[in-house]
Amino acid sequence: MSFDNHLDTLYRQVIMDHYKNPRNRGVLEDENIDINMNNPTCGDRVHLTMKVEDGKIVDAKFEGEGCSISMSSASMMTQAIKGKTVEEALALSKIFSDMMQGKEYDDSADLGDIEALQGVSKFPARIKCATLAWKAMEKGLHSQK
Amino acid sequence: MDAKEVRQLFPILAQEVNGKPLVYLDSAATSQKPLPVIEALDKYYREYNSNVHRGVHTLGTKATDAYEGAREKVRKFINAKSTQEIIFTRGTTTALNTVAASYGRTNLREGDEIVITYMEHHSNIIPWQQVAKYTGATLKYIPLQADGSISLDDVEKTVTPNTKIVSVMQVSNVLGAINPIKQIAQIAHKNGAVMVVDAAQSAPHMKIDVQDLDCDFLAFSGHKMCGPTGIGVLYGKRALLEQMEPVEFGGEMIDFVGLYESTWKELPWKFEGGTPIIAGAIGLGVAIDFLEQIGLDSISAHEHKLAQYALEQLSAIEGLTIYGPKERSGLVTFNIDEVHPHDVATVLDAEGIAVRAGHHCAQPLMKWLNVTATARASFYLYNTEEDIDRLVAALKKTKEYFSHVF
Repeated sequence: MSFDNHLDTLYRQVIMDHYKNPRNRGVLEDENIDINMNNPTCGDRVHLTMKVEDGKIVDAKFEGEGCSISMSSASMMTQAIKGKTVEEALALSKIFSDMMQGKEYDDSADLGDIEALQGVSKFPARIKCATLAWKAMEKGLHSQK
Repeated sequence: MDAKEVRQLFPILAQEVNGKPLVYLDSAATSQKPLPVIEALDKYYREYNSNVHRGVHTLGTKATDAYEGAREKVRKFINAKSTQEIIFTRGTTTALNTVAASYGRTNLREGDEIVITYMEHHSNIIPWQQVAKYTGATLKYIPLQADGSISLDDVEKTVTPNTKIVSVMQVSNVLGAINPIKQIAQIAHKNGAVMVVDAAQSAPHMKIDVQDLDCDFLAFSGHKMCGPTGIGVLYGKRALLEQMEPVEFGGEMIDFVGLYESTWKELPWKFEGGTPIIAGAIGLGVAIDFLEQIGLDSISAHEHKLAQYALEQLSAIEGLTIYGPKERSGLVTFNIDEVHPHDVATVLDAEGIAVRAGHHCAQPLMKWLNVTATARASFYLYNTEEDIDRLVAALKKTKEYFSHVF
């Protein structure tokens, strides 16, 4: 049953599931990348810790405060990058960024839950919410290189 | 005053957003502009755009007269003694920064105190943090009561003979609290401090009399009171402004320029370096005419009624928390349990309703309230009870929607 078609393109069930039951929530103790990122205009905050070994992201956790879109996106992002190489994670980030801007994106990659965030591109005011954790991830990985 | 009639003068309000008639409840961020202001800007650019205070030509004289005429309107609007006490700035932020950078940095020393409150907007916090860092002075905060109001007892306790500056907002952009500026100014003066007032949220909505308040400085923005963006006002007592150094140097503000030394124009121009905000000032003057024609007292009464109606209606929604005291200016800040304010604002936007969500440039206050963000509906002279009914219906829908998608 659809309550509101317009809003349903944004608030997909899987997004709400990640918001209510965030994956990889917390702070890694044996991290080698530790990044804080804020969205100063709205107060959203993400603290991302990652453990990278031999060019591979072996673990990632996040904690923070924010809306359903920023927190679910952070949850999905950590889920997606675990086990990926740094290059793969950055490539995924590029795909995600294109998706948010409503550009053509490489859909050959398996995006999994992330695909659900596609509707955010139709809500320009919310794109920054979705990209916060991804920007933290990019910044963290670049700082390590 | 008839809000429905007033509304007709704001062309932007007659539109649909996301297929619904627009309900604009974000006037505390910026107000909409009435036709007379829009037309005055158009007329200025079409008919007499020219630089002021310099050209000998006809258009230059016309522009100068209009610009200085706007200053006189501002003077009357806040009942200042002289137009020399009215400085045009880019807005409240620039006005407060001017006081901090000029008066603050020169007159404060280590051991001196600057006193502000927990409810201040960032623009009335950070300039003082910078003064404190630069001079070694201490920044102190007046605490808030449980309902978010300020008690004069706490002001008495916080302000000491070491206090040199007390800077307080007249109306809170988050809590709607109306602060007893006149009494706070008395306490400041008793201790030898100057009183600075952030009037960004009060000047658009209530009568201000700087002589009655006896404040030393007062700042406000044009765009929140039906005027254009990019224009604001710094009022300062003449004796203080006289002894202050300008913050910006360049054209327009000089008397004589030598190779190594220069002298400044007299007040108020010594604080207006560069080509001034001519169209903005003229637009602000027209906005003041517009507000005064309706009457600030009528506007205050209308908003008070709306705020009380909104409080009553919103309190009846289960799981909705309202912040701030009962007696308040025309805004209501709130949260819905389990729904982040951004999500609230997105659902409201889908219903054509514009509200603000976030920290409202008041992070220390958010910390005091123990929240990271809130939603805020703010009212102005063009809002009606029907707007609030639409808000209430949409908030009920928001609750229902999120209980459904979870």
